Amino acid sequence: MLCQECRKNEATIHIIKSSDGKQTELFLCEHCAHDRDELDFSYEPKFSLHQLFAGLLNQNLFNNREASSFPGLQCPSCGLTFAQFSQVGRLGCSECFTAFEEQLKPLLRKIHAGCSHRGKIPFRIRTKVLYLREIDELKEDMQQKVLNEKFEEAAVLRDRIRQLEAQIIDTGTVKGENQ
Amino acid sequence: MEAGGPDTDVVISSRVRIARNVRKYHFPCLAADDIRNRILEDMHLATGKKEEFKEFSYWPMADLSILEKQSLVEKHLISPLLAGESKHGALLLRPDEAISIMINEEDHLRIQAILPGLQLEEAWKEAGKYDDLIESEVDYAFDERYGYLTACPTNIGTGLRASLMLHLPALIITRQTGRILGALSQVGLAVRGLYGEGSEIIGNLVQVSNQVTLGQSEEEIISNLSSVISQVIEQEKNARQNLLDKKRANLADKAWRALGLLKFAQVMSSQEAIQLISDLRLGYDLGLIKTVDHKLLNELLVLIRPGCLQLMTGRELNREERNIERPARIKQALERSQ
Repeated sequence: MLCQECRKNEATIHIIKSSDGKQTELFLCEHCAHDRDELDFSYEPKFSLHQLFAGLLNQNLFNNREASSFPGLQCPSCGLTFAQFSQVGRLGCSECFTAFEEQLKPLLRKIHAGCSHRGKIPFRIRTKVLYLREIDELKEDMQQKVLNEKFEEAAVLRDRIRQLEAQIIDTGTVKGENQ
Repeated sequence: MEAGGPDTDVVISSRVRIARNVRKYHFPCLAADDIRNRILEDMHLATGKKEEFKEFSYWPMADLSILEKQSLVEKHLISPLLAGESKHGALLLRPDEAISIMINEEDHLRIQAILPGLQLEEAWKEAGKYDDLIESEVDYAFDERYGYLTACPTNIGTGLRASLMLHLPALIITRQTGRILGALSQVGLAVRGLYGEGSEIIGNLVQVSNQVTLGQSEEEIISNLSSVISQVIEQEKNARQNLLDKKRANLADKAWRALGLLKFAQVMSSQEAIQLISDLRLGYDLGLIKTVDHKLLNELLVLIRPGCLQLMTGRELNREERNIERPARIKQALERSQ
């Protein structure tokens, strides 16, 4: 039998594809199968992490009817819609994390050990990030002190927070820190 | 990959991969062609400024043949995804192949260190060193709360995937793998066959990697993986000793038969070859056969793969031709080493 694609070489590869209950058959030579990416030389997984993630997303949406559609939810930077993301499981740019944060959070909790990064920080913003982390901790402490009516101690924490905030400048660095 | 390293009788290799993106550009899957070209240019510029990258070779995917790409996949130096990216993908490779950097894969950068034996910490240090060098020139996409931002949320945070290639013949022979590998998945580790996600276990080779990348530091991820794996190593070694005590003659016979087939067979599939190399490796590790070593066994494991085989032969081969070429190449490698 001749290859269905080039109609020149002998068809040595028989491919049966099944989708939505329908079966299609293809008889190709090795060259055409290669060109059509039908020959999986690459050991590419049939089931990828993206699919797993997209599956989790869909499951989550399915379980939560109110959240089952996010019409218009779209990343303002790259234009990826949430619907597209939930299909492919891959984000388009770094802004997507902010755009889809509320939807992503429960899933991140499911697949990771929490929602906050505890690892390496790029050198050029290390001090800023450490300051921000300290500010977060101080704010929690301060609220606790206020609840316990320890106002003097809370004021000390407030001053420290202000001091740290003043150190941080918008360029992503900290005053006095070399770029 | 060279042989050597600690626990090399069970751990074939340690691999650490970190995913990074440049802040200002869309991730590769959504980036337009000109943006992906600019990423290539930026990376070329950034690495060109550093003395440490001088010895690296640069391989645009567009300049590589299908066979060359396939053999790089088989050596775990690039992913199938990058191999399929023919226009804008590139590889930066250190001459010893221990460091490889994929550009424009799923993320802008995937920095990988691969070392023989159980050397996860060292691999992390190596990959981290090149990460620091690039980071000093490039503004990475990083969020104070979520860490390094990646195209797939399963990599967010540290962007770190640490994995070990384990040879577990005794646990598999004694049918203990289901229990142990099941336990690994319960402690957040992913277990796969030789070629990653979804691939089946052949030749008693198993890949174990971390799944969590957010919420733990790189050191925690690596030390968790190392400590769990040290228990698997212990179990494998116990099972080997047990087998050796009870079935010494059978194991020696199996290893020598494997060597015989590898030396004299005329037609061989890659699956059969991988199984025989595994039998031979077990015989060598148990001291039952001394005419081979890990360097040769690792070399065999790579050269029998379809891409490497065809690249060595210098032309495309169909399955039947490969099954004939394979034992010939194995025989050559075995004779050369003796």
